[in-house]
Amino acid sequence: MTTKNSYLDMELLRFTTAGSVDDGKSTLIGRLLFDSKSIFEDQLDAVKKSSEKKGLVDVDLALLTDGLKSEREQGITIDVAYRYFATPKRKFIIADTPGHIQYTRNMVTGASTANLALILVDARQGVIEQTKRHSYIASLLKIPHLVLCVNKMDLVDYSEEVYEQIVADFKGFVAKMDIKDVRYVPISALNGDNVVTRSKNMDWYNGSTLLHLLENIYIASDYNHLDPRLPVQYVLRPQKIEGFHDYRGFSGRIGSGIFRVGEDVTILPSGFSSKIKSIYAYDKLVEEAFPPMSVAIELEDDLDIGRGDMIVKPNNQPQVTQDIDCMLCWFSDRPMQLGGKYALRHSTAEVRTMVKEVVYKMDINNLVRDEDDRDVKMNDICRVKLRTTKPLFIDDYKKNRFTGSLVLIDEATNNTVAAGMIH
Amino acid sequence: MMDKYYITHLRELESEAVYILREVAAQFENPALLFSGGKDSIVLGWLSRKAFFPSKIPYPLMHVDTGHNFDETIEYRDEFVKTINARLIVASVQESIDKGRVAEEHGKHASRNALQTTTLLDALEEHKFDCAIGGARRDEEKARAKERFFSHRDEFGQWDPKNQRPELWNIFNGKKNMGEHFRVFPLSNWTEMDVWQYIAIENIPIPSIYFSHKRKVIERDGLLLAFSPYLNLDEDEQIEERIVRCRTVGDMTCTGVWESKAESIEDIIQEVAATRVTERGGRVDDKRSETAMEDRKVKGYF
Repeated sequence: MTTKNSYLDMELLRFTTAGSVDDGKSTLIGRLLFDSKSIFEDQLDAVKKSSEKKGLVDVDLALLTDGLKSEREQGITIDVAYRYFATPKRKFIIADTPGHIQYTRNMVTGASTANLALILVDARQGVIEQTKRHSYIASLLKIPHLVLCVNKMDLVDYSEEVYEQIVADFKGFVAKMDIKDVRYVPISALNGDNVVTRSKNMDWYNGSTLLHLLENIYIASDYNHLDPRLPVQYVLRPQKIEGFHDYRGFSGRIGSGIFRVGEDVTILPSGFSSKIKSIYAYDKLVEEAFPPMSVAIELEDDLDIGRGDMIVKPNNQPQVTQDIDCMLCWFSDRPMQLGGKYALRHSTAEVRTMVKEVVYKMDINNLVRDEDDRDVKMNDICRVKLRTTKPLFIDDYKKNRFTGSLVLIDEATNNTVAAGMIH
Repeated sequence: MMDKYYITHLRELESEAVYILREVAAQFENPALLFSGGKDSIVLGWLSRKAFFPSKIPYPLMHVDTGHNFDETIEYRDEFVKTINARLIVASVQESIDKGRVAEEHGKHASRNALQTTTLLDALEEHKFDCAIGGARRDEEKARAKERFFSHRDEFGQWDPKNQRPELWNIFNGKKNMGEHFRVFPLSNWTEMDVWQYIAIENIPIPSIYFSHKRKVIERDGLLLAFSPYLNLDEDEQIEERIVRCRTVGDMTCTGVWESKAESIEDIIQEVAATRVTERGGRVDDKRSETAMEDRKVKGYF
């Protein structure tokens, strides 16, 4: 486990896992937690008891990840569950998403913050429709890294030919998608081959174990450091505090790019210019700020700036527009209303919007556009045109996950009904 | 990109929690931070001071007081509130009992833990709080693993785990109808270890009961419980003195203590790293059934 003070220099990696129960996804997560000693005795005891109750001979590691009563009763995962484990190098956050029911909605949710997508295939079945759907969503959500785990190698006699064929099939398929970094690992989650420890059954495999890969994949460049964007979240005006009478701090989390003290900035939507007077990272002054830091920026000029405004650089500005073209994933059991009005949240801004047009629906089983069926229901993915009541400051989602994303909220129920990736 | 443009996992968790706290201040009219005197709520208070610096924290701390406290906790609480320059509200379980809102449990396992839910919900209503910030973490317990950062509660204060709002990127939806409220959990992605490591790097003062000390205890169902006048003893239960520390801090009647020699935060970190039982393994309240936490949460527990 963590040696003394190694935690002072650990990175955080968020990954999402996709696959159905049959692919052994829960078993794999159970294995990662178990072999990295992140499972506690009382948790293991509880799982042992449940396994016995179900009449199982071996401990079912999958039971470790099924959180809610209804899930344990039905033996399925119905919602995104978050799991945590750490090695001396990295802390990991797993967004564990179900493979079947509402998979799109849940996988999109888990994928939205992930650095890496872990996709499982069953070695006996190879690349199937579901693998393609999951890869498509990883590509749609622009997860920077993808690891294809070919699982259940024990059931194909640890055959190199089987593995190579699956890798070749997947490579052919994924070439058409926009995923930067794809890796492959042959594993048996059940027996632990190549998960944490190197498999003795697959001498032909020279690559990393899964855990080694997760610990070492380079993620520092996953953030956009090029396009400075600070969506103003909350204005700090202490007034009566000694030494800060005239202080006005525009607080927020840096979405992308780097800001430095003394630099020129432009405020949207007003278009006013100013210079950065100070940057506070909480109670300490810093010289520069970059993602994902939360900071408060003070400007040289006294400008009227509030939540929903955005601080950018004069020579690098987002598009300011009321017409949004985006891919939308629909989450609600109430179908999308063409011409319907919704609340729209984008960075820290909220406006109202109307759905002007459904350009096409994505048939995610065959990965083709369907231009005939325009009825958008739960778990559908479609290309739409929106018109907003006020301008938004947007970037292409491909370049910027934080200023390129939005959600729609049903004003009648207050539910989050859709997630959008801007083109 | 040069390596200097990255932050460590603790600083990333800190930044995420601060973002959530500022989001609470921006999206709700009248939030409150639930403060128990335990390490998680201490970290939340600490982060709140940082999030709004140099301004005052724009919400009060609320302690749901069972009346069965370790003395050290109350002492610590009053000092801490001064340190972070916050306002404190105390909601008392004793008052709920006196008013007849709840009835005291009887027998050996009597605890005021479950009674807190009523006191909490009553206090939220009385003060018209529309958001209660809590220190719960997803790694604590299986029902918590599916909790959202922004968790909607209906007008009865209930949680509907199967019908939660999706949360994507850093966009949080705190929209609600009159009478409903939100629970917000900024430490969702922290583990017990992260909390201790953060306390270490920030040098946050913590109550002395987290460190090893001599205490009168009784052994019950394999757990050590701190002896106090609030504990109903069986005839055969013996009071002994042991060198112990608390791993969580809650109501005295249901919080286990551990034999430990940890005298510093670094000692605690080493101990947590080597420990093979979750911190809630010492909580009698979670052992009532396999889904004890989920059942309590649905009703409006922390």
